[in-house]
Amino acid sequence: MTDHKNKNPFIKYFRQDRLPTIFCSGCGIGITVNSFLKGFESTDLDFDSLALVSGIGCSSRVPGYIKCDSLHTSHGRALSFATGLKVGNPDLNVVVFTGDGDAASIGGNHLIHAARRNINLIVICINNSIYGMTGGQISPTSPKGSLATTAPYGSIDTPFNLIDLVTAAGASYVSRWTTAHPLQLSRSIKTAFNNKGFSFVEVVSQCPTYYGRRNNLKTPIAMIKMFKENTVNKKKADTLSDDELLGKIIVGEFVNKQRYEFSEQIEELTYKKTEKKPIRKSAY
Amino acid sequence: MIEINPEFCKGCYICIEICPKSVYAISEKSNKKNINLPAPLNEKDCIKCHLCELECPDQAIYVEDKND
Amino acid sequence: MTKELFIQGNQACSMGAIEAGCRFFAGYPITPSTEIAEDLAISLPKVGGSFIQMEDELSAIGAIIGASWSGLKSMTATSGPGFSLMQENIGFAHMSETPIVIVNVQRGSPSTGQPTMTGQGDMMQARWGSHGDYEPIAISPSSVQEFFDFTVKGFNLSEKYRVPVILLADEIVGHMRERVLIPDKTEIFKRVAPYENSSDFLPFKADENGTSPMPAFGDGYKVHITGLTHGELGYPSSSPDDHSNLVRRLTNKTLKNRKDIVSVDLKYCDDADIVLISYGSPVRSIIETVKLAREEGIKIGYLKINTIWPFPEEEIAKLNCDDIFVVELNLGQIVYEVERVVKSNANVHLIGEIGGRLPKPTDILDKIKDLV
Repeated sequence: MTDHKNKNPFIKYFRQDRLPTIFCSGCGIGITVNSFLKGFESTDLDFDSLALVSGIGCSSRVPGYIKCDSLHTSHGRALSFATGLKVGNPDLNVVVFTGDGDAASIGGNHLIHAARRNINLIVICINNSIYGMTGGQISPTSPKGSLATTAPYGSIDTPFNLIDLVTAAGASYVSRWTTAHPLQLSRSIKTAFNNKGFSFVEVVSQCPTYYGRRNNLKTPIAMIKMFKENTVNKKKADTLSDDELLGKIIVGEFVNKQRYEFSEQIEELTYKKTEKKPIRKSAY
Repeated sequence: MIEINPEFCKGCYICIEICPKSVYAISEKSNKKNINLPAPLNEKDCIKCHLCELECPDQAIYVEDKND
Repeated sequence: MTKELFIQGNQACSMGAIEAGCRFFAGYPITPSTEIAEDLAISLPKVGGSFIQMEDELSAIGAIIGASWSGLKSMTATSGPGFSLMQENIGFAHMSETPIVIVNVQRGSPSTGQPTMTGQGDMMQARWGSHGDYEPIAISPSSVQEFFDFTVKGFNLSEKYRVPVILLADEIVGHMRERVLIPDKTEIFKRVAPYENSSDFLPFKADENGTSPMPAFGDGYKVHITGLTHGELGYPSSSPDDHSNLVRRLTNKTLKNRKDIVSVDLKYCDDADIVLISYGSPVRSIIETVKLAREEGIKIGYLKINTIWPFPEEEIAKLNCDDIFVVELNLGQIVYEVERVVKSNANVHLIGEIGGRLPKPTDILDKIKDLV
């Protein structure tokens, strides 16, 4: 609750009685949300048609703060709930907020299958390479050698490249930006809204509390600086060798290629069988 | 006019880092959580790019477009 | 006009679902429930509904909860192993008060067990399988006709009380073929929409029934649905009182409406010294046993449980007999509930059959004669 009249341009989209958020100081989730709202504003979509779905984790708290229909589900399963919601009512614009653990570890199977179906929804994966909500454990995107409470001697796992994963699975729009690229990110989200299919937007983000402090990036500023200094645009990256790209974050658009969309095909089948459009909200 | 909401600011100072014109600096003023708030001390240099609004994780910044 | 059909139990279930207004199915193939999915894959598109084969049972239940919030009646069907995978989100459906129907056509268990044989090993999993306190509704058909009727009833109860309903069928009921009468008109409960305008609406404020109207996503109510403990507005809350009030309301919703939900069938119990209790396919054995025993002059009756959860406590406590035999296809699950309810008023015995066969009426009768 606040007495201060906040005129911030994004605040009107928030459930203001729930602010301030639970996110730590300098967390990248808030930056991602701003970029998301800016991207949404630049489309001509109706805010009432927006439905946010999430699983469990810090990033999954986002839908609870935005004043739209929102579904905060169980760990890893957001995409399956979103699939039912979208097929049940394709008029909704469904967006899934997720993190690296939620999307790529416990929810990895749903991620590749949603991409395979090319179902028309957007996944915004806020990748901070750590489990923040539970206090800093290793995640499937933690860099090799990085420190976490469950990798006290450094991670020995090989991290996932989420872009390669969803591209191979068939996503029709794939991009990656960092929290140091909010304008590019918001433009990418606009493109994702206009893509009729499965859109995956990875946001490399900072967890200053659990990742930064343990891994020699002591402040949010240090992490944002690292993102700025270590990113290479995809176009340039295509000309560099693997050795030259070691430790770099490749940003840009990786896939933007339309193909058959899932919920539309289900609607077409119904139309073929009944010569009518499927009935919305038939439970009532 | 630039306004910083003292109730929302968590003191990450990302605004100070990302402003292309170095408008912000840490001020003497603190909020209820004892966080020294950033302040637009060089406001005259502001070019109204609104990057700080976008990069503030806590929706605490407002940059008015028109000049007084 | 009433239609007369000769069909399989799983087919009757899918027809019941369509009749009840189910317009969304998501599932994953598993014996012996697969025919329900196969049938609905054919029939749903013809009535304007949607069918999805999901990647696993975890996502199947997620998808039907999502579809329910889109405004559709939705269902999944599975068997033991898949039912185990669904447990977490059955809890989510309770906490978020999402109407869904889950059909579990039980098979020999534990683990992979006997995929093609019958069993009733999931009775307690249906009761306690998800974590925490909740009061499920579970109903158990014992014939193909009942599989149709109870599927309709399952949807009606689920929509009325905004709870997940579990249909605890078994392989025999799912796979056998029988004559079924499909009535011309069935009583269907329509989901209740909020009547307030969107700004005043509290999605988790209960009426006298303990339940509340359910908005659909996209209706402008801008609801927040979460598995976290929440207040009447739906926002997460860490208050001990909010948690206590919410969980008590959710459990009481089923318990307070017990009279409307619970159903049993009694026969020949008035003068009976011995009562047989069963549910699902072994009901067929006990009916035959009672016939044989009565012919021999033994005063015996039976009680058939239709609603497993909430447990028909009052109906069973009222039995006035010396001995009760519980016949079930497991090594003793519902028998403990019966013992809890009858206390020391009667001797309670178990006839538990595992392996995939129904107990023979003559064998049941022999066991009764041995013990009493």
